[in-house]
Amino acid sequence: MKHTLSVLVENTPGALSRITGLFSGRAFNIESLNVAATLDPSLSHITLVTRGDEFIIEQIIKQLRRLVDVFKVVDVSEGEFVEREMALIKVRAEEQSRAEILRICDIFRCKVVDVSPKSYTLEVTGPESKLKAVIELLRPIGIKEIIRTGNIAIMREKKTI
Amino acid sequence: MAKMTGKQMVVEALKREGVDVIFGFPGGAIIDFYDTLEKDGTIKHVLVRHEQGAAHAADGYARASGKVGVCVATSGPGATNTVTGIATASLDSIPIVVFTGQVPTALIGNDAFQEVDIVGITRPCTKHNYLVKDVKDLPQVLKEAFYIAKSGRPGPVLVDLPKDVQNGKAEFDYPEEIKLRSYNPVIEPHGKQIERAYRLIEKAKRPVIYAGGGVIISNAAKELRALAKTMHIPVTMTLMGLGGFPGTHELSLGMLGMHGTYCANMAMANSDLIIAVGARFDDRVTGKIEAFAPLAKIIHLDIDPTSIQKNVKVDVPIVGDCKRVLKKLLLAAKDAGRSSEAWMDQHHAWLEQLDTWKNRHPLTYKEEPGVIKPQNVIEKLYEMTKGRAIITTEVGQNQMWTAQFYKFDEPRTLLTSGGLGTMGYGLPAAIGAQMAFPDKLVVDVAGDGSIQMNIQEMATAMEQRLPVKIVILNNQFLGMVRQWQELFYDRRYAATEFEMTPDFVKLAEAYGAKGFRATKPEEVDDVLSKGLEAEGLTIMEFAIAREEGVFPMVPAGKPTTEMLLV
Repeated sequence: MKHTLSVLVENTPGALSRITGLFSGRAFNIESLNVAATLDPSLSHITLVTRGDEFIIEQIIKQLRRLVDVFKVVDVSEGEFVEREMALIKVRAEEQSRAEILRICDIFRCKVVDVSPKSYTLEVTGPESKLKAVIELLRPIGIKEIIRTGNIAIMREKKTI
Repeated sequence: MAKMTGKQMVVEALKREGVDVIFGFPGGAIIDFYDTLEKDGTIKHVLVRHEQGAAHAADGYARASGKVGVCVATSGPGATNTVTGIATASLDSIPIVVFTGQVPTALIGNDAFQEVDIVGITRPCTKHNYLVKDVKDLPQVLKEAFYIAKSGRPGPVLVDLPKDVQNGKAEFDYPEEIKLRSYNPVIEPHGKQIERAYRLIEKAKRPVIYAGGGVIISNAAKELRALAKTMHIPVTMTLMGLGGFPGTHELSLGMLGMHGTYCANMAMANSDLIIAVGARFDDRVTGKIEAFAPLAKIIHLDIDPTSIQKNVKVDVPIVGDCKRVLKKLLLAAKDAGRSSEAWMDQHHAWLEQLDTWKNRHPLTYKEEPGVIKPQNVIEKLYEMTKGRAIITTEVGQNQMWTAQFYKFDEPRTLLTSGGLGTMGYGLPAAIGAQMAFPDKLVVDVAGDGSIQMNIQEMATAMEQRLPVKIVILNNQFLGMVRQWQELFYDRRYAATEFEMTPDFVKLAEAYGAKGFRATKPEEVDDVLSKGLEAEGLTIMEFAIAREEGVFPMVPAGKPTTEMLLV
């Protein structure tokens, strides 16, 4: 089962490495990882997507909490949550495909963020399923490069990490 | 507030933390600290011969005394040499603080002379570690290091000190108290869980207490004894738990697991309730996990939530300090007002069954005329020391025979590398223990293989005039691996036979120590008594039956009821 974990860590050198080291050292798997600042400059926020049965997820959460630098861990996928990912997709844009790309872009509410005679770069934001759909439609046209942010997630309503 | 250099801060922090002895080896990147230590002159420094020895000695000191052990090494190779010692302490949850020198901050990352990223290297085998980049942070880091090492589930903490940080100046504001928002070990157990646990215990017909190293670390031996006695529940111990409950007590089943007693393994397999106290269901204990304790409900007490439900499913988890949890369970029993007789009635049949198993296959070995049996050496060592020595061991057969045939009645009397299984641990650990208790008898039980892994520490012991006693069970084999090869690899003794072994008696003499050797059974008593009574460091070498095995044995990956017996 896929789980999305929200982790607050002390903003210290090595904190991220402790977390990734924990995953590799204990043979847990990381599907995506996103790290960024929070409103409190002394804390960083990590969104981590992982897979495992309930025992493995329980271990992952406990092991994360055991790290001295880890302040808080929440499995946001246990309740209602909103998740988003962004991708920048550079797609080959020949004479015959330019209109088609823009149509796909329009349907999925993507943004064109860079244009050149031979390519468009699109910005796509949404849950993983949407990114997947866009990528599938653009693939036959010719994707030159994709850069993704990895998932970020937030709990619904009044809940905060 | 007066300014202080980083090196002075470290010395000052050691004093405030009550550290009276440290173990180490100098070098260019830590020379400044050493200079201050020497000038200050209040903290005893033990100069080892290899940094691994320093880490193990600090660990032995910590295990024997219950205090934090401290060791020091220089950057680069000095630091990497401590890694095995750090991992050893980590796997057995031993509080040590390791200080390493580091190249100046401006050179970090340049592949400077004797530079290594020791914080990176030790991240997975420390409880926490620090690279101090600014001397202003040092007081806080020092306080945190000691606090983290000894609180919660203890463990090693490493502090890496660049040369310019040691020499830099800042105000020394050493915190009296410390609170870390991201580190809050749970000490007090949840009341509801105590209730649930007690209700299970009340109903159990065939309960077993399975006690691990946590009993010793949390100083809970008294509470454990009280609980077992009050409720008439038998106790089996892990290697790390030996001494946590008296080995000579009638409720003791001895050690369990791969080389555990027949009775202990049968008890686990037939129990209807296992009360795990500060133990972690390691593979050497459970054997084939699917077949482990199939009939039992499990109550698991541990200070570390990650230990709970890691290997086996638990019915009642209780997170907390073992001592507090056991106290609460005792209170629950008291409140329930059940008499000792009532408990006895309930467990009578079970205790009888256990006695039958105890008598059916007690720990034993076959005597052979003219050949020294290692088990007999340990039995005699036990008799002669009246079970009162602090025993350290190396790793392998020597360790298992000691665990089986020396009856440990008190906590902190067996110091052994359980989790990591580090050969070469015993001698430096004995040095650490002897530094903590100069007047106690400290004996390292070794094999001829493992003693050679840190034999250089003989010089340290001599220099410090430490009367450590070394028992070498010499079979000219790496005996435990040889035993596996005999049983599971068609007796192909790949790389386990020593064609050359030094003359240990002469080796002792070369170090200025005394050496004694027994080659026949009738010499064992004499060598032991001479060796134990001689002043100063001694080696007692016993030429033992070369292909003697450790039994019972559960082959790796098999259910613990499938024991190979003598």
